[in-house]
Amino acid sequence: MQEIIFWLFAGIATTAALLVFTIKNPIRAIFALIVTFLATAATWLMLEAEFLAVTLVLVYVGAVMVLMLFVIMMLDIKATVNENRFNRWLPIGLTTAATLLIAVYQIISKADLKFVQPTATLSYTLTGSNTELLGILIFTDYLFQFILAGVLLLVAIIAAIALIYRGPHARKIQRPQQQVLVQAKNRVRLVDGV
Amino acid sequence: MFNYLLFSTLLLTFGIAGLIISRKNIIILLMCLEIILLAANTNFVIFAKFWGDIAGQAFVFFVMTVAAAETAIGLALLVLVFRQKNSINVDDLNQLQG
Repeated sequence: MQEIIFWLFAGIATTAALLVFTIKNPIRAIFALIVTFLATAATWLMLEAEFLAVTLVLVYVGAVMVLMLFVIMMLDIKATVNENRFNRWLPIGLTTAATLLIAVYQIISKADLKFVQPTATLSYTLTGSNTELLGILIFTDYLFQFILAGVLLLVAIIAAIALIYRGPHARKIQRPQQQVLVQAKNRVRLVDGV
Repeated sequence: MFNYLLFSTLLLTFGIAGLIISRKNIIILLMCLEIILLAANTNFVIFAKFWGDIAGQAFVFFVMTVAAAETAIGLALLVLVFRQKNSINVDDLNQLQG
């Protein structure tokens, strides 16, 4: 039963992933990618990664895909349409993908893969909650990496704004660096009426 | 276990195939990168369950952070390219060929 549910979601995810680069309309490609993420989140739930499944939906579907949709709306629609998508690169791509699939299949079909009993110190059997375990791990063993990830996000924000920001165009703004240089003699002088 | 690994391999395969095929559209290219990262994350989750060790899920957490940053900067660069070239075709980005 579990296998049927898994293959249902896995089938949805792989089909949608295939649609991402075969569909013509980029908006529909983004929606196909959203379906991929949702179905993959379902398979992550079956792998007892509940917190990450929710994070996947929140971060990817809620933020990254919306960002992509915004960018597509900002661009010219004629430029974003995925024309000539089956060009001379198609055989190269298919050959590479098929070779990779066969190679990895050879490895994973021969390996002895069964879910083992947890032996590590911080394992699923310690407490019931996935979020609690992940929180303990991130805020103890991976604390430095966690802070570093925060710094990386800050750098990404600054970089994205610095790349895109063009300064004010055709609108009146205050320039504080000019305002503080004002002298007393430049100010409006009030005189007595005659 | 084998089913899960086959699933992530399929995702990786489609991502790489799309990365090579979609030379005409940088947006689709970025989306295929996301699929590849998703396949890698799925492998991390599978092996976290396989070893019974949650450290793999912590790695997924950090990979997600890096992927979000990568997407934000990638899209910013895409907008810049579109402003310069009025096109998002990879084949139009040929200025370094001399």
